[in-house]
Parts: sequence; C-alpha cells; structure tokens
Amino acid sequence: MEKERQVLVIFPHPDDEAFGVSGTMSRYVDMGVPVTYACLTFGDMGRNLGYPPFATRESLHEIRKREVEESARLIGLDDLRLLGYRDKTLEFEPPGHLKGVVRDMIDELEPSRIITFYPGYSVHPDHEATAEAVIEAVSEMPASERPALQLVAFSNNTLQDLGEPDIVVNIEGYEERKEKIMAAHESQTGPLLKTLAGNTQESEAARQMWMKNETFYSYDID
Amino acid sequence: MEKINREQVQELLNSYQDKKVYIHVEVTSGMYASHLDDQVFNTGMFLRNVPVNYTQGAIRGGGEGQYRVGLKLDNGGWVYVLGLTHFEVNENNEFIMHGFNYEGKLASALEISTKEFFK
Repeated sequence: MEKERQVLVIFPHPDDEAFGVSGTMSRYVDMGVPVTYACLTFGDMGRNLGYPPFATRESLHEIRKREVEESARLIGLDDLRLLGYRDKTLEFEPPGHLKGVVRDMIDELEPSRIITFYPGYSVHPDHEATAEAVIEAVSEMPASERPALQLVAFSNNTLQDLGEPDIVVNIEGYEERKEKIMAAHESQTGPLLKTLAGNTQESEAARQMWMKNETFYSYDID
Repeated sequence: MEKINREQVQELLNSYQDKKVYIHVEVTSGMYASHLDDQVFNTGMFLRNVPVNYTQGAIRGGGEGQYRVGLKLDNGGWVYVLGLTHFEVNENNEFIMHGFNYEGKLASALEISTKEFFK
C-alpha cells in the first residue's frame, strides 16, 4: 500500500465503510495520509432497528449519524462529511446531480485515490448510483489528473465476471480496531458481531472474510 | 417501541381523525432480499410526508401479535397496512406503528403526525 496524497472514500450508507474498508482506511490514517469519508445518506430507511427494537424509522437518522461519527473517530478520520440525502433515493436525483457533488469534492480535495463501489456489481441501488456518479465525475477529468479508483464489488456474479480482486490489503494487526468500528454501527451489526465472536466454523469463516484482508478492484476509465 | 395494545392504538387513531395529517407508509422486503436468496422477489415501497385527512381509522386483527390498520380518507380513498406489531408516540408527537418480521427487521410501517416528518 503506497502513501497517497489524499484518499477520498465515498459511500451512501453509514456502515458501508465498516465492513470492507475500515481496515484500509485505518492503515492510511496511521501512515499519515489524509482520508475523507463522504457518506451520502443517513441510512435512515434501513430495516435493522435493533433487536429488540431501540430505534424507529424517525429516530434512525440521528442514531446512525452518531454511529458513523463514532466509527470515524475509531478509524481516526478528521474529515467526515454527511451529505444528508435520504436512503434509497439517490438514483432518483436529477441526472448529473450526484456527479456534480462528487466533482466538487474532487476539485476541493484533489484526492490521489478514491474508494467507492464498483458500478454494476454492488447490489443496492444507492451503491450503484454512488459508483456511477464517481465514474462519471472521474471520466470527465483529463486522464493525467484522474485519481486511482479502488472499488468494492460484492454482487453474486462478481467473481465470475471480474475474476479475483487485484487489490488486496492485509489488515493484520487491525482486527480489534475493525471489530470496534463494526460494533459502533450497533443498529446494523448486532447479529454479525455475535457470529464473529463465536467458536463455530461459521465464526471462523466470518473472521476469515472480514478480519484478514480487504479486497478491491482497480478500474481504468476507457 | 412496545407491542401493540389494541385499545391504545385505536384511541390514538381516533385522535387524528378529521384533521390534516402527514403519513409515512412503508412495506419492504429489504434491498438485499434477492441478493441473499434468489427465490425471493424484491418488493418494497414507501410514501413519506403525504398529507391526508381520514374520517375513520381502525385497527383489526391481532393474531400472533400482527395487526392491520385501515384509514378511510375524506375523498373515499384508503390507506391500508398489514403486519404491524409495535407502536409508540415519540418525543416529537409522531404516532409510529412498525411491523417487525421474525428476524426483528422492519417489514412495514404506518406513521401519522400533524407536522411534517424529517426530510
């Protein structure tokens, strides 16, 4: 993992950073790389409200805001941006709107690397809308100025279509921090954390999946 | 949130009758339903901050803790939600009814407020 000038992470939901990327973000922070996390929604249409429920549809945005703020603190970020769009609605913003939002952030921060979802391989419509906006914004830049793209893909056809991920970040030594980051998203991660802490084969598989490596695809425009 | 108490919910429904109110209505199988199980057909909907005026609101059902609520609108239209299990009136005086599935995930919602919901 090379030292970057600035890393910009763009995801739509508080907790999108926790599972696949928080080890990588923590490593960058510890290397002294400025990392910005732009989170487009409050995740306020999520179905997990605690079990038994401790949130409602109306209190969820405040709860998930606090959760992502705690997650950012644990990662060590000093630039968390909550853009406040409503969960599930990103794909319905006017054409070009999100691209403009992304472009403004790129112009301001001049990131050398952007981490986001892989268009067509990220399942949730908000993920897809975010990914497309980033690709569109970067495509409009002169080739020599484009930041590197490091993308998260997890649809069921990913391996078949894209092959093995070509960026593998080893997060050894970050397991405890990452588990705390995931735990910060309490309204989302309760059952998964129980699995991670267990002694079963399923628990070992989950630890292998989340706590050893974080994997990504690079992406070349054109 | 607490489990639905039919009498309390009926009283609350009565209290919003014949007033301009805002509703949030939602039914969802989750965005990952068919990603996790390709036998599942993804469905979902929400309506938010829709102003209505209902002349009659009633709660029915209750088998296995699952209730139905229907609102008859002043123009003859209807709002109907199936599978409601929990309710509360929050600090903003919003009347919230949620239906949680067997895994504890939100499956349906009907919310009523005299003021607009958070945008």
